[in-house]
Amino acid sequence: MEAVADTMADVRVALRRDARHRTATALILVLPLALFLLLTFLVPIGALLWRAVDNPEIARAVPRTVAALARWDAASPPPDQAYAAFVADLQALREQTDAGMLARRLNTEVGGARSLVMNAWRAQPLPAAVDAAAVRAQLIALDPRWEEPWIWQAIAKNGARLTPDYLLASVDLKRAADGSIVTMEADRSAFRRILARTFGIAAIVTAIALVLAYPLAWWLSTMAPRRANVLLIVVLVPFWTSILVRVAAWIVLLQSGGLVNQALRGIGLIDQPLALLFNRTGVVIAMVHILLPFMVLPLYSVMKSIPRDYVRAAVSLGSHPLAAFLRVYVPQTYAGVAAGSLLVFILAIGYYVTPALLGGPEDQMLSYSVAQYANVHLDWGMACALGSVLLAATLVLYAIYRRLARMEPALA
Amino acid sequence: MKRLAALLPLIVIALHAHAEGTLTVVNFGGANSTAQKKAYYEPFEKSAGVKILPVEYNGEQAKVKAMVETGKVTWDVVEAESADLDRGCDEGLYEQLDWSRIGPKSDFLPAAVHACGIGIFVWSTVLAYDASRLKDPPKSWADFWDVKRFPGKRALRKNARFNLEFALMADGVKPAEVYKVLATKDGVERAFRKLAELRPHLQWWEAGAQPPQFLVAGDVVMASAYNGRIDAAQREGRNLAIAWAGGIYDLDYWAIPKGTPNRDLATRYIAFAVGPDRQAEFARLISYGPTAHKALTKLDAKTLALLPSAPANVKDALKFDFRFWSDHGEAMEKRFNAWVTQ
Repeated sequence: MEAVADTMADVRVALRRDARHRTATALILVLPLALFLLLTFLVPIGALLWRAVDNPEIARAVPRTVAALARWDAASPPPDQAYAAFVADLQALREQTDAGMLARRLNTEVGGARSLVMNAWRAQPLPAAVDAAAVRAQLIALDPRWEEPWIWQAIAKNGARLTPDYLLASVDLKRAADGSIVTMEADRSAFRRILARTFGIAAIVTAIALVLAYPLAWWLSTMAPRRANVLLIVVLVPFWTSILVRVAAWIVLLQSGGLVNQALRGIGLIDQPLALLFNRTGVVIAMVHILLPFMVLPLYSVMKSIPRDYVRAAVSLGSHPLAAFLRVYVPQTYAGVAAGSLLVFILAIGYYVTPALLGGPEDQMLSYSVAQYANVHLDWGMACALGSVLLAATLVLYAIYRRLARMEPALA
Repeated sequence: MKRLAALLPLIVIALHAHAEGTLTVVNFGGANSTAQKKAYYEPFEKSAGVKILPVEYNGEQAKVKAMVETGKVTWDVVEAESADLDRGCDEGLYEQLDWSRIGPKSDFLPAAVHACGIGIFVWSTVLAYDASRLKDPPKSWADFWDVKRFPGKRALRKNARFNLEFALMADGVKPAEVYKVLATKDGVERAFRKLAELRPHLQWWEAGAQPPQFLVAGDVVMASAYNGRIDAAQREGRNLAIAWAGGIYDLDYWAIPKGTPNRDLATRYIAFAVGPDRQAEFARLISYGPTAHKALTKLDAKTLALLPSAPANVKDALKFDFRFWSDHGEAMEKRFNAWVTQ
């Protein structure tokens, strides 16, 4: 009996050891992928989110000024100590680059700050002054703009290491000098409108893709597997072609002297060529084409697994075939509809190349603004904030999907 | 196998030597690139025995910034517009230029001399049109805005730079007054208002090669364009023409991105290419004005008359104020962008 118990214990130990081994093996097997994801996905996203609130330039370059301005009410004339502290800070900036970064950061706040700061830096060292008031007089003699409060407000506002400004600006809000949050002036604000447009275009593309893909997927699912496979490849071929090639092909097709217009004119449907390029129409057409496989495949895989018997049973029990289709078949495909729509929508809100090449300025989506801020304005904080908005929108969508899936098990 | 292993260090060294013998020079593409190749790259390759790798861009400073920030600088010489050079110099994107190896500063136009770069040519953004389509030629930016007399689309570069100046001139501001007006809040409003007036008739361009293409294809009746690109189209037999009045001229510079391993070679290249012979050759290939005084004496009257710096062309033109744009460019461009994507 004891021997048996011993053996049992041995077996248990052996089993446990084996399980540990297996876990270890599994871990080692997924480790490369986990590392890869960490380095190429999580770290960059973390960096993106960090840069959207990171605001090191002013705190680093002019710490004494920031301290001197800490108690300032942002309305009365700045204290003389701030002037003295600022000159001391400037003299501590050895490299032109350090002053340049400060000038650049302040210039994104208020136009004109760049030359103001760079000229003050170049004028250093100023002759020794008896007190702070004398330093103030020196700076103002250098440029009367030093007397105005705006540059000091910009420094005081950005003294903290982290800033909400980029994120606020990405939804057309800003902090006023007194710290309250207000709406951006109408001629400066664009992002709410662009965000709404991004969602609008994505919704239209998703809807059209669904309408086109649903009958196609249904038809494919009714076919013999061999024929279905051949046709699926036809669906997939565009999927394997470079997006730039496809966009270029659309330019050739859609331009005013292009194939589509020539054909329409040839059969006498139109007299004047239709404007299909550099507007919303071209963008939507090309995006639907590019994203269609992402709708067809989930629909097809769901439809494939639905037995025909249910519809047949409904019809044999006296239902109208159309009613049977709508009330018995369609609900069973909800999971595919939801998965395909979510996939297409999420991919669509991040589109950049297609609208950039086929759309006019009025058709650009949020990614265009990200590129514009990153490449043209060199304002990476703003680019990252806009990217974060896009990321947040995607996560919210996903959460909504999960919530729906829980309420409607068929979706899961 | 062993022999191969022994050879490996040699191969690595050879590859490394090859990398050292290559200089990456970045330009604005198109006809400008072609002319630079003939006037600068090929002669330098021959004289110095190195390979030049030309790269084209549209002036985006983000690439330079990304390279400098990550310490992986693969561009050695970059052609930059004046405002970008000035900003880049302040912000540490570009090396200080070793003028002792270039030559006396007095050999060049005063505007060509900068701590971080040297002006290589004078170019102008001008009003261009297809002379075979417009019998009654437009003469000014006011004509550009006159959609009744000249019906059809117009093309402008998709940014605030130049367009705000053009808008003010079209609104009756004299070239000499433009930057004074633009420095005021009302002036900016006025420029944007005037630009908005033309908006339904506008088609935007981004690359310098586009405006002549638009004009030739008949997509637009008039366009703002780099004068050299119109010159190149004329050489190809296109009947495009330039109205010089109200053109905005500026210099393009060569600068060396901070931290390039080829700084020495880059300086040698610049010293070689800004010589009067090379500059004169460049001006013969594309009508951009040399910055070396001696280069001008080498050009014939016909070539000189085509340059933006020719007395007749510069008479009613405006010098681009890079200091204004370096200070206010960011705010203007952001506002322009908010407006254009509406």
